[in-house]
Amino acid sequence: MSEILLQIDGTEVKAAEGMTILKAAQSAGIYIPTLCHHEKLEPYGACRICVVEVDARGRKGLVAACLYPVESDLVVRTRSEKVDKTRKILLEQLLAHAPDAPALKDLAQQYGADKDRFAKESSFCILCGLCVRYCAEVKKKNAVGFVDRGASREINFVPEIASEECWNCKECFPLCPTSYLQAAYHLTEALAFPRAALKPASGK
Amino acid sequence: MARINSPAELEKFRKGILSKRDPHKPCIAVCTGTGCLALGAAKVVTAFKEEIKKKKLGTKVDVVDVRETGCPGFCERGPIVVIYPEETCYLQVQPGDAEEIVSQTVLAKKVIDRLLYVDPTTGEKIVRESEIPFYKNQMRHLIGNNIKIDPKSIEDYLAVGGYSALVKALGQMTPEQVVELVKDSNLRGRGGAGFPTGKKWEFTRNSPDQTRYVIVNADEGDPGAFMDRALLEGNPFSVLEGLTIGAYAIGSHEGYFYVRQEYPLAVENVTLAIKQAEECGFLGKNILGSGFDFTIRVHRGAGAFVCGEETSLLMSLEGKAGEPRARPPYPAVKGLWGKPTNINNVETWANIPLLINNGAGFLTSIGTEGSKGTKIFSLVGKVNNTGLVEVPMGITLGDIVYKVGGGIPGGKKFKAVQTGGPSGGCIPEKHLDIKVDFDELKKVGAIMGSGGMIVMDEDTCMVDVAKYFLNFLTGESCGKCSPCREGIRQMLKILTNISKGKGREGDIELLEDLSEATRDASLCALGGSAPNPVLSTIHYFRDEYEAHIKEKRCPAYVCKELISYHIDPDKCQACMICLRKCPAEAIAGDKNQIHIIDQEKCTKCGTCFEVCPSRFAAVRRISGEPVPPPIPEEARMIIRESKGKKK
Amino acid sequence: MDDDKIDKIIDKYPSDPSSLIQVLLEIQSENRWLPKEALKKVSKKLKVPLNRIQHIITFYKAFSVVPKGRHEIHVCTGTACHVRGAQRVLDTVQALTGIKPGETDQDLKFSLETVNCVGCCALGPVMVIDGEYHGKMAPAKSEDVLKNYE
Repeated sequence: MSEILLQIDGTEVKAAEGMTILKAAQSAGIYIPTLCHHEKLEPYGACRICVVEVDARGRKGLVAACLYPVESDLVVRTRSEKVDKTRKILLEQLLAHAPDAPALKDLAQQYGADKDRFAKESSFCILCGLCVRYCAEVKKKNAVGFVDRGASREINFVPEIASEECWNCKECFPLCPTSYLQAAYHLTEALAFPRAALKPASGK
Repeated sequence: MARINSPAELEKFRKGILSKRDPHKPCIAVCTGTGCLALGAAKVVTAFKEEIKKKKLGTKVDVVDVRETGCPGFCERGPIVVIYPEETCYLQVQPGDAEEIVSQTVLAKKVIDRLLYVDPTTGEKIVRESEIPFYKNQMRHLIGNNIKIDPKSIEDYLAVGGYSALVKALGQMTPEQVVELVKDSNLRGRGGAGFPTGKKWEFTRNSPDQTRYVIVNADEGDPGAFMDRALLEGNPFSVLEGLTIGAYAIGSHEGYFYVRQEYPLAVENVTLAIKQAEECGFLGKNILGSGFDFTIRVHRGAGAFVCGEETSLLMSLEGKAGEPRARPPYPAVKGLWGKPTNINNVETWANIPLLINNGAGFLTSIGTEGSKGTKIFSLVGKVNNTGLVEVPMGITLGDIVYKVGGGIPGGKKFKAVQTGGPSGGCIPEKHLDIKVDFDELKKVGAIMGSGGMIVMDEDTCMVDVAKYFLNFLTGESCGKCSPCREGIRQMLKILTNISKGKGREGDIELLEDLSEATRDASLCALGGSAPNPVLSTIHYFRDEYEAHIKEKRCPAYVCKELISYHIDPDKCQACMICLRKCPAEAIAGDKNQIHIIDQEKCTKCGTCFEVCPSRFAAVRRISGEPVPPPIPEEARMIIRESKGKKK
Repeated sequence: MDDDKIDKIIDKYPSDPSSLIQVLLEIQSENRWLPKEALKKVSKKLKVPLNRIQHIITFYKAFSVVPKGRHEIHVCTGTACHVRGAQRVLDTVQALTGIKPGETDQDLKFSLETVNCVGCCALGPVMVIDGEYHGKMAPAKSEDVLKNYE
């Protein structure tokens, strides 16, 4: 694969063709914050916290570092007035859902985000999709998925699959930044799994 | 129908069709597009057919044809009937008119005055369709044929020269030459983004993968826009032909029509057109003996505005939820199933046969420096001549609204034109002189979009317009990325509060902050352009926002929580009309008792305001001030004398 | 809806995930809603996991997971209809039927939906009931129009 030279925060970075800005930055020890990104999963580009400012072919704009492929002579800024302003308001919007999520609180401090800027939302899921993607791509069970769209988008367990698979798995639980996943699982379990289908606790 | 295997066979077939058609034979063309069908066009057709049967005109000697055609665009005056060869145009035709039309106009060649268009300024009655100002001021290259052909008949399409462009492209041009021609014409995509079509074709053609796809984006989701519907219902073959030529140029052998399921007639006509084209050999293997293979499949949308965005459309075609993909890579490089794909709008494809037949100059001789050719707009809302208009790029907005559109009905004052749907902006009166073209519209904070042009008058509240679009987008956003999903949610909350009188100082600034983040960080253009209606209405109509926030007043009397209806006791004549018509039964009164509105029951529907006779004009709208308390019962009695009244 | 009918529909299309939406559209059109059994069958035959089907039937407005009424009322809330007062028509229809958009009444008589433009903007406000278009609607007209449906 051919080598690509780009500039991140003034530093020249060597990257391989097909790499994303995020990967290239990480390889050069440059930090870019993420929420919905995970090493084991395909990059998703939903939270947009990783937005960086790029100059490419005369055009300037914000792009998601986790998805944008490196190009030669790309000029990337991981912090700038625009980047910081954008990350701050994105965080404030997510904090309206999950003000106590540790990852959000950390980032909020870094960017001066005010958790009370927006009125509290009823759901504390931030729709990062880590649970859905992990179950689909790593476990290949598809026990949990998205439903609906827009402001009504939610995660939802498929009772038929979850009742068979989740009891002994629960590998997605530690991935959830807000613990909404655990709450959703227990609610589904209480409402939808027939008692007889529940497997006894394995003692783990 | 026998398969046509060569250009020579096609010409023979075409000549055969034309020889059987007498241009002097009367033809009654009735628009049966969805709009006119909704106004009863099917019954009009039946009435004509029955009348002809009665007079025994369609038996041994075929004396008159009845043709069910596509939409000619003058939707305000449907059902539309045009009698050929004279081109006599009758408007708002009812089934009961059929007898008179057949006997007077078709047989006796006399014109029926009451069915003609009357020029509102001169009072002149106009007979010929092309002389009606609505049509005269247009340049109808793409939709002009709609009233002349039956969209369900490939023979009709061939009779007006259809498929001669395909013959020329396949037989006399290389694929590269076709691409160059499209590039030379400077045709820009008609779906909204305005990307140079030839360039896009070239990118797709140059992608190394040999499996390539071409797609017609017929998901026309902008509310208020129905240009593509008219083209697909009225002349589907023109789009098919354009797609086939494009496939040849790009090196694709498989095409898709992605049509929204809310257009059942378009789906039907396109599906039928493909079937007929296959039977005739214009699709399938070795088209017209050229060695070029191409098949098309129809794929229906399932009710999602976001699927009009090209990467969402691809996801939907792949059987997935319509969540956009990041670009780069662009569909021209990695599209459907990861293969190079070229997606264009219906109107863009429909331009292609004209280009091939007439050369690049056909487009470059029309329009402005940056925007060539014609554009179809759906001119709707508060305008006299609502319908579809095809005009040259560069025409002024004012000309469209006034010359073609006939101005604002009811003597109301023009306020703004909204272009570009939920991604667009509102253009106020001071910019009516701008030339309509991709770049000029951008300069005033709007976009061309797919062609929706909504005219608004003094009775339109611009805060309500912004709220309307955000409400629309809240439901249509796919919800994947947070700047769009959350940003629009928060903006809608603020606008809803403002419209309910709960706006606060700082709301406008917060809207602007949210707009910036949503615009800059969203995954796709839905989120990226969602703030446009908000920003453009704040820019041009800030005073309305401030009235709502500071004075709790809606200047246009639209926002329900901020308005009240009140019957002026000095003007009310107790005629009982509003009392009877009130859907909420909120008006109390009697024959001789002044009516009063129970503000608790009133749903602010506005019926009373509309039905109160203008000579009384007793109902008034109030905003920003308290409603006067009801006058005491005793004072409400009207004692009528032979003249005047006493209280 | 019997198994046979569902099988017939599925067999019309290639047996892979790309046919999912087209198959579901046909089942929805035939049956007026999508029962769980039908979805399980589609999942098996087209090799699509249930969670994706779940997403698609809730993502796209054309699908319904509950039975619809005998008469489907679609009130157009496109921009052109909106500026001509569609909201007031919708409010009146809601009041007359007792249901909100997305709902079906107790007797399974009416289902109400808003639709984002049916392409008849010149006739706005437009209301479509069972595929029949009613143009130039006004709140006062709504009752008369609805009366005709049993």
